[in-house]
Amino acid sequence: MYAALWRVLPGPIWLRIAVLVVLAAILVAALFTAVFPWLDGILNPQSVTVGE
Amino acid sequence: MVTPDDSGSPSPPRGPSRSASLVGVLGEVLLTAGVIVLLFLGWQLWWNDAILADSQTSAARAQSEEWGDLYAPGTRLAPSAAPAKEDFGDPLVAAEPAHAEVIGNLYVPRFGTDYVRTIAEGTSTDILNSTRLGLGHYDGTQMPGEVGNFVVAAHRSAYGGALHLVDQLRLGDPLVVETVDGWYTYRFTNLDYVMASAVDVLAPVPQEPGVDAKDRTITLTTCNPLYSTAERIIAYGVLDSWRPRSAGPPAELASILGKG
Repeated sequence: MYAALWRVLPGPIWLRIAVLVVLAAILVAALFTAVFPWLDGILNPQSVTVGE
Repeated sequence: MVTPDDSGSPSPPRGPSRSASLVGVLGEVLLTAGVIVLLFLGWQLWWNDAILADSQTSAARAQSEEWGDLYAPGTRLAPSAAPAKEDFGDPLVAAEPAHAEVIGNLYVPRFGTDYVRTIAEGTSTDILNSTRLGLGHYDGTQMPGEVGNFVVAAHRSAYGGALHLVDQLRLGDPLVVETVDGWYTYRFTNLDYVMASAVDVLAPVPQEPGVDAKDRTITLTTCNPLYSTAERIIAYGVLDSWRPRSAGPPAELASILGKG
């Protein structure tokens, strides 16, 4: 998977690394702003109350 | 699962056997999933927690200024020259509002001089996980200043963690509730550790259902231990004094509100 990604990327090593860093940053930003808030609403929220 | 065949590029001959590469891909998928789970925990316990703590605090400050403007437009809150404890009679008791409507702000100097969070009616996630509220009043329990038990829930960790430091409270620490009517200063008495089913802590006399209340108490409930929901930690307090809004905040908040 990652080996194939590495082969697909063009350019010298430093450029490939730079592209990967940017891709990772975009991925983390998408997770933090969209995916995790959505997932948090689906997972059972932490319970802090007392009740039956 | 079939890996794409990049026959177009002059790639080296295919490595080990196809099954070995499948296992390799599976391993990479699992590693990636593990990293994403860790990222989610970081988001929930640190990133989102910090963002909500900040926005809840800002919202509570804005709410406090809005109430203050009703009485003395434009002036900043500052404790009046901290007169000796005056007697303003029985505290004003507001009617229980509709779901999600604001009841008041909670100040706890022990939690930090910048600590202030808003209490709203109800203990559902739309209140406890809110960007602006954070503390929820149990439906049907008493209101601030009322004889009986004013019970509030909040998160211990994540979602702004309004009661993150609840176990740091010490005997006599002020728990000040600000409402549109005035300031209710409770004093912390003790902690209790109970199971989540212990609804008796909501009784007018906590842990003694059916007994007629004579005291005005506050009860804070959150989860315990930290980062777990196995039990509940309960903090109790008793009303010490009350000041109408026109009399200004109590001296206990001097370190908080006096910062200008």
